[in-house]
Amino acid sequence: MEIASSPHVASGASVDDIMRNVVYALLPVVVFAVFAFGLSALLVLTTAVLACVGTEYVLNRVAGAPDTLGDWSVVITGLLYGLTLPPGLALWMVAVGGIFGVGVGKFLFGGLGSNAFNPALVGRAFLQAAFPSAMTTWSPAFLADRFAHISSSTLAFPFARPEYDAISAATPLSAMKFRDTGTDPMELMLGLTSGSVGETCAVLILVGGIYLVARNMMNWRITVSILATVATMTLIANTLAPGEYPQPMFMLLSGGLMLGAVFMATDPVASPITDTGCWVYGLLIGGLIVVIRFWGGMAEGVMYAILLANAVSPHIDNLVQPRVYGSRA
Amino acid sequence: MNLPLQHLPTTPVAMYRAIVGIGMLCALLIVGIYQATAERIAENEAQALAEAVAAVLPTAQVLRSIAVASDGGIADVDASLQKLPAFVGYDQSGKLAGVAITAAGMGYQDTIQVIYAYSFSDSAIVGLRVLQSLETPGLGDKIETDPNFVANFEQLDVSLSAAGNELAHAVETVPNGSKEHPWQIDAITGATVSSEAIGKILDTSAQQWVPLLVRHREQLIGAPEPVEN
Amino acid sequence: MAQPTTNQFIKGLWQQNPIFVQALGLCPALAVSNSAINALTMGLATSFVLLSSGVIISSIRSLIPREARIVSYICIIASLVTTVDYVIKAISLDLHKSLGAFISLIVVNCLILGRAEAFASRNTVGKTVLDSAGMGAGFTIALLCIGVIREVLGAGTLFGIGLFPDTFQTWTIMLLPSGGFFVLAFWLLAIGLWNDARERSAKTAEETA
Repeated sequence: MEIASSPHVASGASVDDIMRNVVYALLPVVVFAVFAFGLSALLVLTTAVLACVGTEYVLNRVAGAPDTLGDWSVVITGLLYGLTLPPGLALWMVAVGGIFGVGVGKFLFGGLGSNAFNPALVGRAFLQAAFPSAMTTWSPAFLADRFAHISSSTLAFPFARPEYDAISAATPLSAMKFRDTGTDPMELMLGLTSGSVGETCAVLILVGGIYLVARNMMNWRITVSILATVATMTLIANTLAPGEYPQPMFMLLSGGLMLGAVFMATDPVASPITDTGCWVYGLLIGGLIVVIRFWGGMAEGVMYAILLANAVSPHIDNLVQPRVYGSRA
Repeated sequence: MNLPLQHLPTTPVAMYRAIVGIGMLCALLIVGIYQATAERIAENEAQALAEAVAAVLPTAQVLRSIAVASDGGIADVDASLQKLPAFVGYDQSGKLAGVAITAAGMGYQDTIQVIYAYSFSDSAIVGLRVLQSLETPGLGDKIETDPNFVANFEQLDVSLSAAGNELAHAVETVPNGSKEHPWQIDAITGATVSSEAIGKILDTSAQQWVPLLVRHREQLIGAPEPVEN
Repeated sequence: MAQPTTNQFIKGLWQQNPIFVQALGLCPALAVSNSAINALTMGLATSFVLLSSGVIISSIRSLIPREARIVSYICIIASLVTTVDYVIKAISLDLHKSLGAFISLIVVNCLILGRAEAFASRNTVGKTVLDSAGMGAGFTIALLCIGVIREVLGAGTLFGIGLFPDTFQTWTIMLLPSGGFFVLAFWLLAIGLWNDARERSAKTAEETA
C-alpha cells in the first residue's frame, strides 16, 4: 500500500506555501515575545534563525545537495527553536543548539522530509543536557529597561559562562513544582509570566494555530488530542487529590504545552500520517507530559514528550493502519 | 595466514588437566596479587576514611569506632567490618569532640553516601561531607559544591524531644529561600531531588543515632581506649 | 604479505581499530571515557589484560582441548582482571572509584575474548604479542581520542590541568553518557569522511594513471 509522502495535507498547497503561512501564524507570537522580553529576546530569535539557516546552507554546499533555503522550512525550524529558549540565554549557546539541531537532527537524517525528530527540539534538548543551569535560568518578563539594555548573559563571550544581571524569575511550572505556588490562569493566558521566549502567551499561540487550521494547513487532530489528554488526566488527578495536583486550566496554559501542541508536535515529517495515528500520537504526548510534570524530576516535560513520541510515530502508523485485504501480517 | 586450531584429542584426562591446571594457576595468581597489595589497599582505605572524618571533625585526634550493639546499646567495633561506620572523636586533651557518622540513602541517580559530625554541646550537626554520589554534574552535584547549601550543615539542629527518644523536629528540606528554623535545610534551586535526598538521609540516620548517643553519653566520655592502627 | 610482523601490530591501530572500526568493547569506551585519565587507565588496564592473556593462551594453546577452550580463556582473563583491579586499588582509591564496576567488566569485554579466540589460540606467541599490543594500543588511543574531547569540553581541563580561564562554561552533556555517544559518533563521522576522501583520490589517481 502506497502512502502519500509528508507533509500530509489536504489542501494540495506546495511546501513553501504552507511554510510561509506558518511564518505568518508565528508572527504575533514573535512580536509578543520581543515586546515581553525586549532586545535580548530579539537577539535570541535572530541568532536562532541565522544559526539554523546558516547550518543548512553550509551543509548543503558541503554535501553538494541542492539549496533548500527557498522552501522556508529551515526558517521555521529556527524561529520555533528560538521561541523555546530562555530569554536571557547566551547567544553563543543559541548558535550551538541551532547548529546541532539542523546538523544532527535534520541533515544527518537526510534533510527535509526525512528527519525522525523535530530539529528545533533536538537543538533544544542538546542545550538542556549540555548547559542545564543556563537552560533553567529565566529572566523576568516586562523588565522596565528591556528595550534599552541587553542582559549581560545574552552577550556572554563564546564558551564563557554567562553572568546574569537580573534576578532570575521562576516559571509558573517551577513555582508550582518546587514552591507549591500557583499562578492566575488569566496571567498565563495573556503571557504576563516568565518562561521561554515564545511560550508565555497562550492566546496568541492559539490564534496562530486556528489560522493554520482554517487554511487547512495544520493537522488539528494532534493538537486537540494532546490538549484533551492533558486536560482529562489533570482533571482526574485534581479531583482525586485537589491539594496535590493543579487545575486543568493551569496545566493547559502553563509552560511550553501550547507552543508544543500547536507548532512542535504537528511537524508534518516527524508525526504520524494516518488520522487514527494522529489521535494516538497526541494521546501519547499528552500522557507523557502529565507524567513528567507530576512525577518527574523536572518541572516541564513537553520537549521530551514530543521527542519520544516522534521516535515511535512510524510504529504508531504501522499499528493503526488497516491491513490491505489479502496481505499477510 | 592463521594456523588451524591445533588441539588435543578430547579425552577426560586432557580436559581435567587443562581445567584443573588453569584453575590452580589462576588461584595462585590471585592469591599472590592479593597478598602483595592487601596492605597497601587497607592503608589507602583507612587514609580516605580518616580524611573524611578529619574534614567533619577537625578537632578530633583520637578516634574510636562504635556501632549499635545487639542489646540496643553502643559497642566498640572494628570499623573496617561496618557498612556505615561511626566514630567517636576525642581532641588532644582526650575530651569528647563529637561523633562522625556515615549514612547513606537514595539520591536522584544512585545511592548517596555522606559522613556528618554530631556535636553533643550544640545538639546539632556541625559538618557534612559527601563520600559518594553520582548526582547530575552541574545540578545535583552542587550538594558537594554549592556554598549556600553546604552552609546548611554548619549548625543543623538535631536536639531531642522531651521524651528523649526522637528528634524534637525532624530534619527537613525546604524550598530554596524559605529556611526559617535551624532544623531546616535550604534546598538548591534546580536540584530539589538531590537536596531532599540529603535531608532524608540525615533525618533517618539522626533519628536513630542521636537518641542513642545522648542516652549513652557517659559511656563515651570515658578515656578512650587505645585505638588500633 | 610483505611485512607480516609490522602489519600484525599496525592493523590494530588503524585498519582494524577495535573501537572505530570493529566497534568492540564500546560499553567501557562510552562509560569511562569522561576524562582523559580515566580513558588512559581503562585503555592501559585493558591492554595489559589483552597482552598477558594473549601470551598465556597462545603458549598453552596446544594443551587446551577444544571443548574446554572458552572456559579456560575466561578463567585466565578473569584472574588477570582481578589482578588489575587490586593493583589499581593499591595505586589510587579515587581512580578505582571513578572507574567503578568497569574494571571488573573488562572480563566480558568482547575485544579480549575475541582476540583470544580469533588470534591467540591459532598463532605463535611472537605474533600474538604483536597483535595484542597493536589492538591494545588502538583501543587506548581511541579511548583517549574520546576522553580528551569530553574532558576538555565537559570540565575545561586536560588530565586534571585547567586549560581555560575561570569563566569557561562547562558542557555538562560531555560528562554524561550521552556525551560519549555524540563524541564517538563524531569520530566515526570524521574517520568515515577521511576514508571516503582517500578512496576517491586513490581512484582518480588510478584513472589518470
